[in-house]
Amino acid sequence: MSERLHVASRKGLFTLERSGGWHVARVDFLGDNCSAVLTDPRDGCVYAALDHGHFGVKLHRASGDGTQFEEITPPSYPEKAEDEEEWTDIHGRVVPNSLELIWCLEAGHPRDTGSIWCGTVPGGLFHSDDAGNSWRLVESLWNDPLRRGWFGGGMDYPGIHSICVHPDDPATLAVAVSCGGVWHTRDGGDSWRCLGDGLHADYLPGAQATNPAIQDVHRLVQCRARPEVFWLQHHNGIFRSDDSGGHYSELSDAAPSAFGFAVAVHPQDADTAWFVPQIKDEQRIPVDGRVVVLRTRDGGQSFERLTDGLPQEYAYDICFRHALDVDASGEQLALGSTTGSLWISENGGNRWECVSTHLPPIYALRFTH
Amino acid sequence: MVQVVFTPNLQRHVSCPPVGVTGSTVAEALSSVFDDNPTLRGYVLDDQGALRKNMVIFVDGRALKDRRTLNDRVADNAEIFVMQALTGG
Repeated sequence: MSERLHVASRKGLFTLERSGGWHVARVDFLGDNCSAVLTDPRDGCVYAALDHGHFGVKLHRASGDGTQFEEITPPSYPEKAEDEEEWTDIHGRVVPNSLELIWCLEAGHPRDTGSIWCGTVPGGLFHSDDAGNSWRLVESLWNDPLRRGWFGGGMDYPGIHSICVHPDDPATLAVAVSCGGVWHTRDGGDSWRCLGDGLHADYLPGAQATNPAIQDVHRLVQCRARPEVFWLQHHNGIFRSDDSGGHYSELSDAAPSAFGFAVAVHPQDADTAWFVPQIKDEQRIPVDGRVVVLRTRDGGQSFERLTDGLPQEYAYDICFRHALDVDASGEQLALGSTTGSLWISENGGNRWECVSTHLPPIYALRFTH
Repeated sequence: MVQVVFTPNLQRHVSCPPVGVTGSTVAEALSSVFDDNPTLRGYVLDDQGALRKNMVIFVDGRALKDRRTLNDRVADNAEIFVMQALTGG
C-alpha cells in the first residue's frame, strides 16, 4: 500500500505519511490556494499548482523526497492574433486566451519520460515533454470548432478536469471537459474525436440533451488493467463504457443518489468503482446529512452503501471531483471534503478512518505510488 | 531613471525589490524589469501581456489607463507602483 498522500487544499499542500498511523508530516505553500497536485509515479516528482488570485496561476515542482519545491513555468496561452475572433460563450462571456486555473495534472506514459499533461480553465489542454520546464498548448483541440460550444459548469469558463493516458499506448488519451464532453486522440493529440453515445443531459432542451460535445462530465477515470473500461460521473448520473468510450450505459440503481463529482476505479478490477453521492443541483449536500461512499463490485449492476467510520448525522461534507483517490493496490482509498475532513480506508472502503476534520477545504488527493 | 516599486504582498511569492530602469512608457519600463526578473512577469501580466485583472498600477499616483498594452507614458523620474486591487472584506 501507498505510504504517502498529498492533499491539495484551499490553504496549502499537505503531505501525509502512513507510518505510525496517517498523520500530517509536512505543509507547503501554507495559506495559498493549491488547485491540483500530481505525484509522478515514474520519478517521484511532485507538482503543485497554485492559484494566487491577484497574481495568477503558478506551478511548482519538487524532485526526490518532495521537500524542495522550485517554481517552474506554468502553461501559457499563445499570444492572440490581431484578427483572431473573440469567442463568446452561451452566457455571453468572452472566453479569455489566458490561464485561469490548473485543474488537473497527469503523468504521461511510462515510456514518455518527462511527459506531463495539464488540463486548465478556460479549456486548454497543455503538454510538456521536459517535466514541466516548458509547455505547449494542444492547438488541435483548442481550435476545434466544436470547442465553441463548451461552457462553464461550476466555473465561469469551461475546463479540462480529467486526462486518461492509455496504459499501453502513449499516443492514446481521453480528456473530459465540464461542460464539453469526452475527447479522444490516438495520435498524441494531433487529431481529436468527441465520443459518448449514450451520455445525456436531461436538463438540456431537445437534441442538445444528447449532444456529446456539451455533456457536463464531472469526472472520468479509466481502468488500468482493462483500459477499454471508463467510469464517468456525470451531472446527470453514473455512466460506464466498455468500448473505449464509444458508448456509455447509464447505471441508475445508485441510491441514495447518482449525483456527485468524484469517481475512482480499481486499477486491476474494472467492475469495482467508488462514488460519493449527494443531493443534486440546488442543495449539494449529502443526502440526509450522511456521508456515504457508494461501491459497485459487479460493473454497476448494484451499489453498496459504505458508511463505517463516516459521519451519519449533521454532516455536510462535499467531495470535489479530484478528492477521491485509490492507490495502486486498489485497497487503499482517500476521501477529502469541502469542510476539511479527510478519511482513509485500507480495505476498499469497508471501514474508514478519520484522519482530520479540520483541514482547509480539500480540492485534490494523490497517493504516491 | 524610472523607479518601479512592487507591493510588499508580492514579495512573499517572488523577489521584486524597487528598481530603477529606463523607458518612456509603462510597458517599456516593466519590460526592462522583466528582462532581469522573468519570473516576475507572470505575477503582474496575464498570458496576453495585459495587466492582470485584479492588479493596478499607479504612475506618479495616477491609475494606469491602458491596461491592455500598458502604453501610458512615463516621465524620466516617474514612479511606477504595482499593487493588487483590494477586493472583499
